[in-house]
Parts: sequence; C-alpha cells; structure tokens
Amino acid sequence: MDDMTLGDLLRQRGVSRRTFLKYCTALASLMALPSGMGEAIARALERARRPSVIWLSFQECTGCTESLSRSATPTVEELILNAISLDYHHTLQAASGTAAEAARENAMQEAFGHYLLIVDGSIPTADPGYSTIAGVSNVAMLAETAKGAAAVVAVGSCASFGGLPAAEPNPTGAVAVSELVKDRPVVNVPGCPPIGVVITGVVAHYLTFGSLPELDALGRPRVFYGETIHDRCYRRTFYDRGLFAESFDDEGARKGWCLYKLGCKGPVTYNACATTKWNAGTSFPIQSGHGCLGCSEPAFWDVGGFYNALSVTTTPLTKPTGIALAAGAVAGAAVAIGNRRKQAATRAGHRRATLADLEKTS
Amino acid sequence: MTSTSIDFLLWVRGPGFAAAVVIFLVGMVWRLIEIFSLGRKPDLSLPRERGGASGMHTVFRRFLFPPGMLRRGPVAYLGGYIFHVGFGIVLLFFIPHIEMARGVVGFGWPGLPTPFVDLVAVITMVTLVVMLVSRLTDPVKRFISTFEDYLVWALTVLPLLTGYLAYHHLLLPYRTMLALHILAAELLLVAMPFTKLIHFVTLFPARWFNGDLFGHKGVAS
Repeated sequence: MDDMTLGDLLRQRGVSRRTFLKYCTALASLMALPSGMGEAIARALERARRPSVIWLSFQECTGCTESLSRSATPTVEELILNAISLDYHHTLQAASGTAAEAARENAMQEAFGHYLLIVDGSIPTADPGYSTIAGVSNVAMLAETAKGAAAVVAVGSCASFGGLPAAEPNPTGAVAVSELVKDRPVVNVPGCPPIGVVITGVVAHYLTFGSLPELDALGRPRVFYGETIHDRCYRRTFYDRGLFAESFDDEGARKGWCLYKLGCKGPVTYNACATTKWNAGTSFPIQSGHGCLGCSEPAFWDVGGFYNALSVTTTPLTKPTGIALAAGAVAGAAVAIGNRRKQAATRAGHRRATLADLEKTS
Repeated sequence: MTSTSIDFLLWVRGPGFAAAVVIFLVGMVWRLIEIFSLGRKPDLSLPRERGGASGMHTVFRRFLFPPGMLRRGPVAYLGGYIFHVGFGIVLLFFIPHIEMARGVVGFGWPGLPTPFVDLVAVITMVTLVVMLVSRLTDPVKRFISTFEDYLVWALTVLPLLTGYLAYHHLLLPYRTMLALHILAAELLLVAMPFTKLIHFVTLFPARWFNGDLFGHKGVAS
C-alpha cells in the first residue's frame, strides 16, 4: 500500500474521478488559482506518493481533528487525510503506548527531513509536567519531531496562537508552535476549529507544488485567510445600510440584519467561512444567526467579550472617571489659588501715581 | 506572539482609551475651574442700557453670519460650518460610534445609514483640506497662524481620515487602521483641554460674557 499513489487510494475507496475533480477545482478556485489549475492539482495529487505525516496533539480538545474527520458524509478532505501516511496521531491511530511512540520514531527515522509535521494544541512552558505524552514533555517532543520535518503545519488556534489554554491568566504558560520552532517553515492554520478544506488545502498545496502557500504576517496561507469575514459576508449590505439586529430575537435578527452590534468580529477576522461555509457548504455562524467570534485571530478569547460590539471599549471607566474628576478639581483649585495670589500680589504692588509723578521728567 | 496589531487594538480600546478619558477629564475640570475662577473686576459703572438678555442673545446671534462677512470670508464661514456640522454628524451618528458611546455611557441613539455618513466624512475632509489651503495661501491667515493651529487641524483631520481608510479597508489591514483610528480620536481627546480645541465648551460662556459686557456698555456685540 505504501507504493500506491493518492489517486490509486482514492479510487480504491470509491471516490469517483468526477468527485475528485470537483474537489480539485473547488480548491483551485478557493486558492484563487486560474481555472485550469484544478486539473493540474488533480494530476499532481493523483501522482503524489503518500507523504509521511506525523500529527502531534498537545493542549487541545480534538476539535481540529473532528473538523477534519467527522463530516456528515465522507468527504474528499477526509479521504485525503486517510490517504496520507498518517504515521502518528493519538486519536486516529490504532496503536497505543510503546507501540505508538515506536511508530513516531520509525516515521521520523524513515522520512527524516521529508515528513510533514502537523501540530494541534498549544505547548505549556510554565512547567513541562503540565502536558506529557509517554513521559515526554510537549516542549521536548515538539523540538525532537520538528528537527526532521520538512515543514510544520500548526492546525487550530491553539497551535497557531496559543488558543484557549493561553487565555488570561494563561496558567500553563501556553505558547504557539511558532514560538518554539524557529528553524523550520511553520504554517499557521488557525480557527477553532479550522475549516476542513483549509487544512487539507494546505496539505494539497504542499503535495501539488512541493512548497507551502504564500503566508500573511501571521503565518497564515493568504489564499484562505486573505479576506475578512465581513468583506465576504452576505449580511454586509445591511451593515452598509445601517440596519442592525439589536438582540438575538428582535425583528432585525429575524430579517437577517447585520450582527455588528451583537459583537460580530467579522470585520477584523480573516478566514474563509463566509465563502466555503461549514458542513459541506451548508452554513456558517453568521448565517445561523450568531456573530463571528473571530476564532482565527490571535487572542480571540480575550478581545473584550464575544457580545460587545467591536468599537466598544474594554476597560471599565467608572472608577477612572471619578478619580479624573477629583484630580481635575484639585488641580483646578490649586491653579485657581495660585492665580488669586498672583492677582492679590499684583494689586498690592500697585503704586499710586499722582499728577506730580506724571510731570516728572526722567 | 505574532499579534502586534491585535495587542495594539486591545490597548487603544482598553487602557489607552481609559488614559485618554482620564487626561481629558482632568484637563477639562482643571482648565474650566481655572478660567472661571479668574473672575472679573467688578464693574461699578451704570449699565448704558438695561443689559437684560444681551449675553444670551450673543450666544445665539454669533451663529449667524455678520452682514457682508460671508462674501469677504466665504471659506472661513462656509467651511467652518460645513466641517463642524460634518464632524458632528460623523462623530455622533455613525453606528459603531453610537455603540461605543452605549458601551461607555450606557445608552445610545438612532444612527444614520453608513453610506450617508461616509459621504459626509468625505465632504468634511475635503472642506478641512480647502481650509488648510486657504490658511496657507491667504497672507493674513498665514501670518496669524501658529503651530497650534496646524496641530489642531491635523488632530481634527486624522480621526476622519483613519476612520475613512479603516471603513474602506484601504492602505493597512482593517484591524491596524481601526486601532490607529481609535488612537487618533484619543489624541484629539487628550489635546482638547490644552489647546484651542477647548472652545467646544468655552465658546458659550465667552460669547455670553462678550454679549453681556457690550450690552452693559450699550454697544452691539
């Protein structure tokens, strides 16, 4: 089976060529490639040998794996995941214990310098004991496994930016993969969870072109994270017209108006949800009536409340206001007293001038 | 973490905004107490006319164009009106601004459609540019202009410009531009008590005082 190409495997699993081409064309359009590239992707993917992939899970919830593997119906994304030589994945592998660790070590040795390392979950740095696998701390395992990786894909917001484990006050000292892996290319595929096709899209890009896609300033593939949810949102016209839902059950909400006032983070969130949608293109959060949480952005868990509008301030002002008014009054009174004194001193210093004074010639 | 722009945005929305409000309030209370406590020499003369409502009169009358002045200084009068009203509309009736106010003071008010506010913002910015050009080219205006005049011009135009760029997703990522926009507004807030921008409050007592004084002397103000 190791000699089989991806094309062979997909055919074996009953994926028709039509379905496969549809996937490749959709991927090409998602990645904003010329329409002909769909076929090129298909050709490259079909011929691709099963790349060795090691998937490490650290402080995570398995939601990213779920996003990829638990679609309602088996999708091409899932099959591609199955088709790659997933040599090590806690959740999906059958082996456990020593055998599982041996699988990782074997894969590392056999494909040293060529395997793709996928990581989900953040890495605790406060104490290595917070998260260990087979007695090996997450930091040590990441360092060891990253050494032989051709590239590292940080899947999910935890691996990309620290995620929920890194939320204030970050008790485990959780950090992103990119904080620890400095000498290997790291691609961030954030989202809580990321869209399945985006995860496989990165892998497909790697298989097709032999390189990683172009990244933005946050290490995310531009092709999927190039535009905001807001810019591609079907409710955008309501924002432009100033029509907003005021609560989740008012007339505006029923009419599908913009959710900005209810805390939607669409305007500052770069992701492909509004275009690819979820569950085989069924819907996405805004379509189901809830604002975007901004889950593909750093620190989305700590950006001033999910239900506060984006322009709302995040620090309570009651106390500072009171202090400011008092301080202003004190400063004003002090300056006023100073001015009064100056006036009094000036008055006291006045000399009475007489006619005789004026007639004096100096 | 590689999240400089979100940290920046969080800072301007949180501690930065609180700091700006504190400086603004300290400055306003301090300066107003200072100004009003200066007092005036008691005027022992008899009023030439029954002063009456002359002070109040002037507060409102000064909103009108003095005869002939509209022709002599169209840029100052029309431009002044357009940019003040425009700035007010953008500041008070853009929905995200109202939401921000609701977050701070606990209540909001109806807004205007975004494209309209957008248009007003453009008109306001163009007007401000025209006024700057007039200030630079008119020899008299130029002569009486100080650094502070150019500073408050910049502080006024920056929130409009950054807001416009942020809304249209121009030049920089929206998040960075939004943060810059909020920062620009905070700078305006901070500068308000300590520059001639304080006129947004003092113009009313100043007009009243002038009107009252001239009424006392029996001359038109």
